[in-house]
Amino acid sequence: MVDVLLGALALGLLWSIMTLGVYISYRVLDMADLTAEGSLTLGAAVAGAMIANGANPLLATLCAAGAGLLAGLCTGVLHTKLKIPALLSGILTMIALWSVNLRVMGNRANVSILRMDTVYTFFQNLGLDKTWSMIVVGAVCAMAVISVLYWFFGTELGAAIRATGNNEKMVRAQGINTDTMKILGLVISNGLIALSGALIAQSQAFADIQMGTGAIVIGLASLIIGEVLFGKGGFYKRLFAIILGAVVYRVIIALVLKMGMPSNDLKLFTAITVTVALSLPRFKGYLATLKRSVKGEAK
Amino acid sequence: MLKVNHVVKVFGHGTINEKTALKGVDLHLLPGDFVTVIGGNGAGKSTLLNSIAGVYPVDEGTIEIDHVNVTKLSEHRRATYLGRVFQDPMMGTAADMSIEENLALAARRGKTRTLRWYITARERREYADVLAQLELGLESRLADKVGLLSGGQRQALTLLMATLQKPKILLLDEHTAALDPKTAAKVLELSAKLIDDNQLTALMVTHNMNDAIKYGNRLIMMNEGQILYEVAGEEKQQLQKEDLIALFAKRAGDGLVSDRVLLS
Repeated sequence: MVDVLLGALALGLLWSIMTLGVYISYRVLDMADLTAEGSLTLGAAVAGAMIANGANPLLATLCAAGAGLLAGLCTGVLHTKLKIPALLSGILTMIALWSVNLRVMGNRANVSILRMDTVYTFFQNLGLDKTWSMIVVGAVCAMAVISVLYWFFGTELGAAIRATGNNEKMVRAQGINTDTMKILGLVISNGLIALSGALIAQSQAFADIQMGTGAIVIGLASLIIGEVLFGKGGFYKRLFAIILGAVVYRVIIALVLKMGMPSNDLKLFTAITVTVALSLPRFKGYLATLKRSVKGEAK
Repeated sequence: MLKVNHVVKVFGHGTINEKTALKGVDLHLLPGDFVTVIGGNGAGKSTLLNSIAGVYPVDEGTIEIDHVNVTKLSEHRRATYLGRVFQDPMMGTAADMSIEENLALAARRGKTRTLRWYITARERREYADVLAQLELGLESRLADKVGLLSGGQRQALTLLMATLQKPKILLLDEHTAALDPKTAAKVLELSAKLIDDNQLTALMVTHNMNDAIKYGNRLIMMNEGQILYEVAGEEKQQLQKEDLIALFAKRAGDGLVSDRVLLS
């Protein structure tokens, strides 16, 4: 049982970086960016292909993140310069990335990096087992990312991006190019998602073309869990809550699988979780009116 | 300060809904002019302001602000010269951000956003001072989210934001129309005070004839995308609401006087 929980913690930390990327597009920019599904795989594919060819794992991970930045740039340009709706822009990039990812992996659906050096090897050489290496790398990366995000969104530029997701018209009236802000946000978001993909691929020792399928829903589920359970307080706390949310999501999944849910039903389960969480405010409002009317009748 | 030269704006080119909102408007503002704009629905008042602000490109004519031709400049580039307050109190501020964040965003209007911290300690003190002038108690609520404020408070804050960095022209687009009469009067007083204190050049659209007469040194009346009538100085001060209605009926034709103009 402890093994299961540790495994969930490790996986949750690696996925939390992806969740932070989803937070930037979904919460800060107020955009449902489906690029995520493609850029997660892109990160995995780039890191996998480079490591398979003997590249330094750290360099491979950085290049993977860089590739993610470009994917975000692509969606951003489609949306702002070509005026394609945000949702469709993301879908277009996601679909295009499917072909790109296959090419990156040498026209194959997966690439194995078994027995190759990864970012975890360093810690394994120090005597940690695989899971603990993942926990250390994941925790360090996640904390580094939220620290940088905390600083960045507190700068003039970061504040302008936040305001763009809040009230575009007002932001333009303050002399800020909202197109640039949206592109910048999407670039950062997808860079993080690809970084997460690179770390996940190295942890499982392979990259696969299907890896990103459903990633956006997993990201949303983690995000909402984090916000509901721990999301009160300052900006740093809220970012930290997202990491916890990603971990809790993995723990929940590990538990329901252990309780005997077939793994094929996992995506259905996640989708239902997100649906329930998103409709909760509406449901709460309905309950409140119901209570009032019941009370009214009682009088 | 502002030169609008024969500006034409057509919406829905070549469609069944094609509408010429501005039919060659000429308007020159001198430094320090405070011009009120009145007219019925669809007269082109808001279109005029939006054209100046660069919300959409104009089809003909040019717009100059302080001798700079801005006709081809995008909305965010023109913002360097303009302070704007909108009709909808929700429009002028970012609701999920704090009062000080909104002010800091506005204080950097027209400047490149850098990686410096969004606000300095000195700014914070300055903002508390200027907010205190509003006498709304906002100076002690710098970290509160703007979404918690009332419509009147938000409009007052937007006014402050529009003037924090002195604009070449202040554009007020029916900025009190969505407020209750008492709050509207207060916000209007504040607008006049800010314009006076900072010696701003301003263009204010209003539906209220009394306000249009009471405030500003010039008044223009628009109808069907044209400026029908203009009055300034001494003559404007003598003006009565009844004169305006009579004038409007005469120039625009009786049938064109909209209910909204008569009622306000």
